[in-house]
Amino acid sequence: MKPFWRLWKKSHCTWRSRERRSFLLFLAPSFLGVLIFVIFPFMDVVKRSFTTAVTSEFVGAANYRTVFANEAFRLAVKNTAAFTIVCIPLLVVSGFIAAVLLSHISSSGAVKSFSLLPMAMPTAAVAIVWEMIFYKPSFSVLVISYIWKNIGYTIVLWFAGILAVSKETIEAAQMDGAGGIRIFRYIILPDLKGSLFTIVILSVLNSFKIYREAYLVAGSYPPKDMYLLQHLFNNWFVNLELDKMAAATVCTGVVLFVMIFILQKLWDNEI
Amino acid sequence: MKLFEGIEKGFCNVILGILCVIILIPVFLLITGSFMDSYELSDYLLPVFMGAGGMNGWRLMPDYPTFQNYKKLLFETPQFFVLFWNSMKIVCCILAGQLLVGVPGAWAFAVYRVRGAKSLFLLYEVLMLLPFQVMMMSNYLTLKRLSLLDSHAAVILPAVFSAFPVFLSYGGFRRIPIQLVEAARIDGAGEWAIFTKIGLPLGKSGLVSALVLGFLEYWNMIEQPMAFLSDKTLWPLSMFFPKITINQAGASFCASVIMLIPAVFVFLAGQDALEAGIIYSGLKE
Repeated sequence: MKPFWRLWKKSHCTWRSRERRSFLLFLAPSFLGVLIFVIFPFMDVVKRSFTTAVTSEFVGAANYRTVFANEAFRLAVKNTAAFTIVCIPLLVVSGFIAAVLLSHISSSGAVKSFSLLPMAMPTAAVAIVWEMIFYKPSFSVLVISYIWKNIGYTIVLWFAGILAVSKETIEAAQMDGAGGIRIFRYIILPDLKGSLFTIVILSVLNSFKIYREAYLVAGSYPPKDMYLLQHLFNNWFVNLELDKMAAATVCTGVVLFVMIFILQKLWDNEI
Repeated sequence: MKLFEGIEKGFCNVILGILCVIILIPVFLLITGSFMDSYELSDYLLPVFMGAGGMNGWRLMPDYPTFQNYKKLLFETPQFFVLFWNSMKIVCCILAGQLLVGVPGAWAFAVYRVRGAKSLFLLYEVLMLLPFQVMMMSNYLTLKRLSLLDSHAAVILPAVFSAFPVFLSYGGFRRIPIQLVEAARIDGAGEWAIFTKIGLPLGKSGLVSALVLGFLEYWNMIEQPMAFLSDKTLWPLSMFFPKITINQAGASFCASVIMLIPAVFVFLAGQDALEAGIIYSGLKE
């Protein structure tokens, strides 16, 4: 197989070359856009993270040092980490419990619809309700609204995973006299690792969107325990502190990339 | 044994029923609130306005149900319509663009076995997972260079090239048996014809779920307009007054309900696609 970019190599009109050409043509519009809007500018961001904002002089790791020494950055990292560590296990476990209960009843469709409904609710429409119920913005408002919004797809994914567990294996185990708990531990749980991977990835992705709730409920400068990385990015952006922002973008990108990579490796090894 | 099963079922039903009720509370508060007059609202919400505490009480049915809030919002706030149609325009352009750009891209990944395709797909996967804040500066630099800042294109174009619809459409296309595509090829069908005649009709579930999830996502977009649109007349509806005050609580409720309507409509119409999409987003080979 030749790599797809070796198009210029003149070959006979074989299927391989036709396949490469078609692949390129179909992908071209999307990939060009990704290059222009993401890849190239991201390289620029990496470059800028090593230079000053105004004069573009090379300053080495100075921007990174400034960012790491920045009080607001530390606070934001701490809060964002706390939010992730509290919310993701909470969401994963509560979704799982609900899905297990759901697999025992007949009207599962209705429950799924209700639990997915918050996904359709625009944050700006619901923010007013959060203000009413929790008159004072705080960390727990973020946690509650996050769980409320994201529980639906968690249940759906867990539920699909539970349904996909092989019925024959369970029956065979029952035949052999395995109890409910052992079936759960040794047959159902190992089968659900794929679902767990997906759920964790999606909930991390969506955890960044909590900024909408945080911003709508408390504005750009919320109480200290609600100040997230997203606030910091936004405030630096508004003040056009692009050198710091570039360094923080690179750091956040690298951390996320490593996290995705580790999760992916874990997933690949388990199956 | 039968009795035990009955109790277990009942228990599950009760717990899940409670869960549904809790989930519905915010929706319920919004809808009833939008029909209350300002006296009733200020009665319940006074502590909230004063910043002194949560709401004190609420009614299942407003005491004096009224359309006054809706009338005020729909007939006396022209700005509201501007934002509503801005939202519609932005969302429709994004979805159309995603269809034109992302769906053929997904087809390329799903059908052609080419070296390098795998690593490219991995790149798309990572891009899909990066949050807006990481992309913000990249987007900004490009938009500035193309002098698109402060126009609708600034929020539309980056979203058009999002990796998410590629991923979801890919999930749909992968369900088409590859033998079908090969058979069509042997019969002499061109690659484009195979895409339009086999790929699109048979793989439309992924595509529809990309549309449904996309609509819900972009109808709710806040970060992007906040960063790239400073002209308030360009704002989408999701940027409409976030603050609840004594004078505009009623209008806020109404605006919220109106904002809900298209999203809930899409949700109800596309619920199966939405569920399929959620499952596709976790699809692994």
